[in-house]
Amino acid sequence: MSREVVLKAENLTKQVSSPEGPLTIVRDVSLDIAAGDSVAIVGASGAGKSTLLALLAGLDLPTSGRVWIAGTDLTRLDEDGRARLRAQRVGFVFQSFHLIPALTALENVMLPLELAGRTDARRAALAALDRVGLSARTGHYPRQLSGGEQQRVALARAFVTQPAVLFADEPTGNLDTVTGERICQLLFELNAGSHTTLVLVTHDRELASRCRRVLHMEAGRLVHELPVRTRVSSGS
Amino acid sequence: MRALRLALRSLGREWRSGELGVLLLALTIAVAALTGVGFLVGRIGEAVELQASEVLAADIRLGSPQPISQVYLDEAERRGLRTARSTALLSVVFHGDESQLTNIRAVTEGYPLRGTLRIADEPFGEGRPAQGIPGPGEVWPDSKLLASVGGSVGSELSIGSATFRVTRVLISRPDQGGTFADLAPSLIMNAADLPATQLIQPGSRVSYAALFAGDRDVIDDFKLWLVAHKQRGERLRDIRETSPQINNAIERAGRFLSLASLVAVLLCSIAVAMSARRYVQRHLDAVALMKTLGATRAFTLSVSLLQLLAIAVLAAIAGSAVGFVAQEWLVHTIRGLLAVELPPASLAPIGIGFVTAIAVLAGFAVPPLLQLARVPTIRVLRRDVGPPPPLVLLAFGPAVAAVVFLIYWVVRDWLLFAGFTLGLAGFVLLLTLAGALLVRIASGLRGSVGVAWRYGVANLSRRRAESLVQIVAFGIGLMVLLLLGVVREDLDADWRASLPEDAPNYFFVNIPPAERDEFVSFLEERGARLSRVLPMIRGRMTHINGRPIDSLVFRDEDGDRFAGREQNLTWAAELGDDNRVVAGRWWTKEDFGKPLVSLATEYRDSLGVDVGDRLTFDVAGETFEVTIAGIRDIKWDSFQPNFFVVFAPGVLEGTAGTYMTSAYFRPSEGRVLAELARRFPSVSIFDIEDLLSQVRTVIDRASIAVQSVFIFTLFAGLTVLLAAVQASRDERRFESAMLRTLGASRRTVLQGVLAEFTALGLLSGMLAALGATIAGYFVATRVLELRYGFDVGVWIAGLLGGALLVATSGWIATRSVVRQPPILTLRGG
Repeated sequence: MSREVVLKAENLTKQVSSPEGPLTIVRDVSLDIAAGDSVAIVGASGAGKSTLLALLAGLDLPTSGRVWIAGTDLTRLDEDGRARLRAQRVGFVFQSFHLIPALTALENVMLPLELAGRTDARRAALAALDRVGLSARTGHYPRQLSGGEQQRVALARAFVTQPAVLFADEPTGNLDTVTGERICQLLFELNAGSHTTLVLVTHDRELASRCRRVLHMEAGRLVHELPVRTRVSSGS
Repeated sequence: MRALRLALRSLGREWRSGELGVLLLALTIAVAALTGVGFLVGRIGEAVELQASEVLAADIRLGSPQPISQVYLDEAERRGLRTARSTALLSVVFHGDESQLTNIRAVTEGYPLRGTLRIADEPFGEGRPAQGIPGPGEVWPDSKLLASVGGSVGSELSIGSATFRVTRVLISRPDQGGTFADLAPSLIMNAADLPATQLIQPGSRVSYAALFAGDRDVIDDFKLWLVAHKQRGERLRDIRETSPQINNAIERAGRFLSLASLVAVLLCSIAVAMSARRYVQRHLDAVALMKTLGATRAFTLSVSLLQLLAIAVLAAIAGSAVGFVAQEWLVHTIRGLLAVELPPASLAPIGIGFVTAIAVLAGFAVPPLLQLARVPTIRVLRRDVGPPPPLVLLAFGPAVAAVVFLIYWVVRDWLLFAGFTLGLAGFVLLLTLAGALLVRIASGLRGSVGVAWRYGVANLSRRRAESLVQIVAFGIGLMVLLLLGVVREDLDADWRASLPEDAPNYFFVNIPPAERDEFVSFLEERGARLSRVLPMIRGRMTHINGRPIDSLVFRDEDGDRFAGREQNLTWAAELGDDNRVVAGRWWTKEDFGKPLVSLATEYRDSLGVDVGDRLTFDVAGETFEVTIAGIRDIKWDSFQPNFFVVFAPGVLEGTAGTYMTSAYFRPSEGRVLAELARRFPSVSIFDIEDLLSQVRTVIDRASIAVQSVFIFTLFAGLTVLLAAVQASRDERRFESAMLRTLGASRRTVLQGVLAEFTALGLLSGMLAALGATIAGYFVATRVLELRYGFDVGVWIAGLLGGALLVATSGWIATRSVVRQPPILTLRGG
């Protein structure tokens, strides 16, 4: 199965200064992720999962090493360049949803489309909300929605731009088991439907097990890749 | 365009979801305070100026010993100005066998252009406004003239070759002025009758005046034209050169109002800074998210700036409207106190509103916004990551620039600006240091108090930096309120002291030396309170330091006037308590008989002379060369007899002169005055009651303006409180939920909040009282030149007011936080 590599990292290292001296959070990580793949990054708290996700998504810059998204070297772009790349190629889902409280559900979903200069933002956003089952709540503000509904809005927002790569940081972390399971299901359905590459960070073994690849992190290193679960029915 | 769309859309949403409310409210109140003050001060200022114009009976007045060319009047009328002529001369008026030297004033239709003639139907009667001027064949003599010639309304008076019927008694005219040149009894007549009297002959001493009034812009233009075209010997006077009493009152009122509105500006800036800080804090996540979703830094910055611009526009409109309504309401409530209707408000303060909103936002809101755009995207994953610390210059530079701009814009006086700015900087530094010390002391005390107080005080010391900002902000807010109180009291007291109810209201001039003692006893027997009695000798200056006056050039028109005309000289042994020697010295007994003279500061400044210079005077043909021994600063509003030129005793005694004095009569004692006029026919009575009431009206108006500014400042101070409380609202909401989850009752949490705000208020009040005491001393003694009185009330008001105001506002603002069920907060609702 030789598919195009959409996300590539080479010798990624992230160091920060701390009162005890320099602290290495991510240490010499290299990986290739193919288009349409789904990858879970698992590990204990403080293992460096979220930092790695931030580096891969261009939210933060590595101390050394390089990252390519769809062939573009993120480390050679300035902040605005990385922002433009994210607008075109990347989607996000966060543990705490991160909806803008001043905007309605519809406006939250329209936002990335508008940032990317799309003129059909409203139509596309309505369709995306319809796909996540929220067409009746488009005019609601985040505080008027339950946690599960907020995360569904966040999913609609993440997929509406049809990103090449979707990064998810503990997408079910703030939800109860039942709601989490529904969101999880929706996430994979949308992923399958849009052929997006999914990179998620999670503690949730059940969620991780749905991914085609599971990368295990420990003390900033990728220690091993768990075997691919053949039962994952991603359709890819 | 995308940024604008997003900015406006989220602005609407954020307003509805309460995000921008506080910022908009703070700015709106800021603008309302300033424009409200602007509207009101503008109107009162204009009323004061109109009032001052009344003293000239015009906006500008051109005087000359020669007839004034019709060209000036034609030009003025061509520009749409109103004009009138007034011709004054001294002549004898006859009523049967009785006669009296009288100041005759012939006026044309329209006179007075400003102010009113007051007339009555009997001498010394109560005046009422006159409609128009005497008709042809009619005259309106004043009470003194009628009393001395024994006439009444209906009598016939002969002036020159003509005879006139008395139809009214002249009680006052607006331009009777503060000089003694026309202190003789006076009479007003129609200018059309002047030729018939044949009074004006070659060589007659006649003063001609042309009066002009109209819109201020036109007047200002016309004045320039007049200055360029007027002939030598023609003297232009505008409202700024009116009597020194009114000038003093206007100047003081203007300074004080500037100071008061400055305080409002400052408070509003603090409120806006606090609100902006909260706005930024609340938008860090949203901006980080937008950048994560692909927004560039320029885009996020544009969105924020456009939102701010929209807020500035909204605040300017809403604030101006509120300011307008507020001052209308204020004017309505004080209407009964005003003698004259205020002129309508000009729209200029709306411009002030816009400039203020933009300046305050640019100085206090833009720097944090620049920071907002720098928030790293990683914040979406790690909420503890904020923007990198700003450059000090960028963080405080715009705020300092905005404050400097606003202060200078308001005071327009570099000295006051420098004093205020330095004082402010010093005070903020002092307050910060003292605040830090107090927070440290307070946190040391928390072991010895109950749980609620411990929680409250612990909050103060835990949020040390925030507490300090709040204490400094509250402190400044309270300080300016207290300071306004201190200064206002001093100002009031000083005004009251300088214009007591029984200030002399009559001047008596031309008292013959032989009748002096009799005159004094006459007044004293009738209960009048006399001020000093001074000799008055007419003399003319001929040389300065041996050089003839004619060969000298003076600094200003006043110099020509002082040097060129005959003036009143006096001598005195004692220095009056309304005189202060500012250079040289006053004389001692040993100096009596020496050729020494003491000059008023105005005289020194206009003539450019100083202590040690020699002046030569010609008094009735006799020459006196005297040396300037000292310079006096005269407090003209004491209404005591005062002279620019005072000789040492023993120099002028041999010359022919008369005496003058001033005294207070109760307004009902008109009969005594009539008796006095008969008994001492040569004494001229000058009624300054009218001038005094004009000055009092000016002061009353200024006081009303000050009161209203005080109210606006109070509102501004409350906005600072609200903004400060709002700034910590989120944190408090979370803490309250946590405490209640841990089992604290709502009452305990509320007590803790109250304890914290009470402590905050007490600390602020303490600092404010200290600051107000120090600043009040400087403002009173240096800026307003008043006496300063220490006031314990400031400390009581500071501590109690601070605690009460902050605790109440804090409680009101945080009530809903405490009431909210904890589960909602902990869920992030």
